[in-house]
Amino acid sequence: MARIDVNHIRHSYLTNPKEDSDFALKEVHHTFEDGGAYALLGPSGCGKTTLLNIISGLLHPSHGQLLFNGRNVTNLSTQERNIAQVFQFPVIYDTMTVYDNLAFPLRNRRVPEADVDRKVRETLDMIDLASMANRKARRLTADQKQKISLGRGLVRSDVNAILFDEPLTVIDPHMKWVLRSQLKQLHRRFGYTMVYVTHDQTEALTFADRVVVMYDGEIVQIGTPAELFERPRHTFVGYFIGSPGMNVLPVALEGRTALLGSQRIELPGAPKAEAGLVELGIRPEYVRLGREGMAVSVSKVEDVGRHKVVRANLEGKEIAAVIGEDDEVPAEPRVRFDPAGINIYADSWRVEMGA
Amino acid sequence: MEKTWNNKAWFLVLPVLVLVAFSAVIPLMTVVNYSVQDTFGNNVFFWAGTEWFEELLASDRFWEAMARNLIFSFIILAIEVPLGIFIALNMPKKGWGVPVCLVLMALPLLIPWNVVGTIWQVFGRNDIGLLGYYVNAFGIDYNYVQDPIDAWVTVIIMDVWHWTSLVVLLCYAGLVSIPDAFYQAAKIDGASRWAVFRYIQLPKMQRVLLIAVLLRFMDSFMIYTEPFVVTGGGPGNSTTFLSIDLVKMALGQFDLGPAAAMSLVYFLIILLLSWVFYTVMTNYDAER
Repeated sequence: MARIDVNHIRHSYLTNPKEDSDFALKEVHHTFEDGGAYALLGPSGCGKTTLLNIISGLLHPSHGQLLFNGRNVTNLSTQERNIAQVFQFPVIYDTMTVYDNLAFPLRNRRVPEADVDRKVRETLDMIDLASMANRKARRLTADQKQKISLGRGLVRSDVNAILFDEPLTVIDPHMKWVLRSQLKQLHRRFGYTMVYVTHDQTEALTFADRVVVMYDGEIVQIGTPAELFERPRHTFVGYFIGSPGMNVLPVALEGRTALLGSQRIELPGAPKAEAGLVELGIRPEYVRLGREGMAVSVSKVEDVGRHKVVRANLEGKEIAAVIGEDDEVPAEPRVRFDPAGINIYADSWRVEMGA
Repeated sequence: MEKTWNNKAWFLVLPVLVLVAFSAVIPLMTVVNYSVQDTFGNNVFFWAGTEWFEELLASDRFWEAMARNLIFSFIILAIEVPLGIFIALNMPKKGWGVPVCLVLMALPLLIPWNVVGTIWQVFGRNDIGLLGYYVNAFGIDYNYVQDPIDAWVTVIIMDVWHWTSLVVLLCYAGLVSIPDAFYQAAKIDGASRWAVFRYIQLPKMQRVLLIAVLLRFMDSFMIYTEPFVVTGGGPGNSTTFLSIDLVKMALGQFDLGPAAAMSLVYFLIILLLSWVFYTVMTNYDAER
């Protein structure tokens, strides 16, 4: 296990990058603590897989250094870094049995056969495939194959970190839950440093202690799931996390009051926003629909099961509100913003509000 | 569900039946017809029964040609398949080198058989051939017109030159279809170059290799034009393969009956061996 320092790493797939936009990874500077469970969350093409491949050594960064426990490993090969990685699509060795698939990484490292056997049997129990040890791997279902890929990562107990690149994409929803909780258990039991790339917020929020949100080649926020939900540092995080995403409304500021069209919204404090585009962000969960507050016209009510999402028009802007499954939409609906859920953004970045 | 019976449907398959009849069934039946009769010309035929078949199977000439054919096929498969895999593995996977390599590889395949024969016939000559002249100039006694071994070497090198590309292109197609993730996973798992070949590339190439082996076997077993142009079956009978012998018999000696019997046996052998190859390799595939 290791602490991983990503030291001012930039990466471009071009040979001669000039502008900022040539970089797939603009500049990442972050420490993955030893034994932490991290999720890298972001939309497709934001650089999460690039960052992961740089950590595992499949890619060499254009700039910057990578440290494992303080030791510079930037120029070491994947094998020397001793990393395990699980890919989006199951990678199995067709011609081998399940057992041999798991033994493969150990045998390549010339581990004595007795130890190989012990480790493989342990891992087979862990991933629940002990009964299939002697089956040919190619005959298995997609989720069993992915378990084998997973198992090949877990079988080496001395790895510095285990990296996951959207490993549950091809798995059925029901199995996703099962595998994810198994991973979580393994993490608790063995304390691996795990980095898990995904574009699925549920996956990220349930798996990780710390979620790293990436956008356009940069890390925009690192935090616990609760922090990301309550205090998104960037409007992108607000949109991206939550279902539906955060309502972001352009406002004008007047001390402790935000002006939205003809409406005046009281803020919990006075934001220290300078010039620039000022926006008010509030999650649908903090929008209270009732008979008091600002008048809205409801355009649509979506019943999503456990609750309802109300789409409404406030001062010409679309907003969403979440109400209980049994709540009714009043005849003359009005909304109120819960002050605890209000965030103010200047040029898309969150600003603190003083008392 | 009730099935509708309508004999008019036969009209729909009629065109293809007619086509197959004229292109395959009728010629084949003509050959069958010749094989059981004897003729002295003037379109006069006498019933001969199985005489030609018995004579053929008892003749040394036939079995010797057959042995030459089998040895030839075995040698060129043993060279072309590993060589083809080796070249395919070393071809670039991206960049400007890909089209260059592909075109270079496809070139020999585009040359007509008799032209290939002529090229090598001239290339190997002692007096004016680039290869023949310089090999002799280096003190190696090489003369494919007189020495059976030299004739064999020439014919084999020619076939390797002509057909290895086919194996290369098929293998290359198999190789480029392997997703990157497999190579990345192999790196993570610490696999050696050999292990990557043995456990990732070879299994993924297996299907195309099956096709390559089948095609190369059938083609080499039926080889005619190139050795005919280069050596004409000689020196002596040393490069007389079944097809060359067959043409000699049918068109040289005009022995229609024995030649027909021989083509049928030849046809059945190719059919049988191809079937054996195919079954063995697909069964092997299913077992795993």
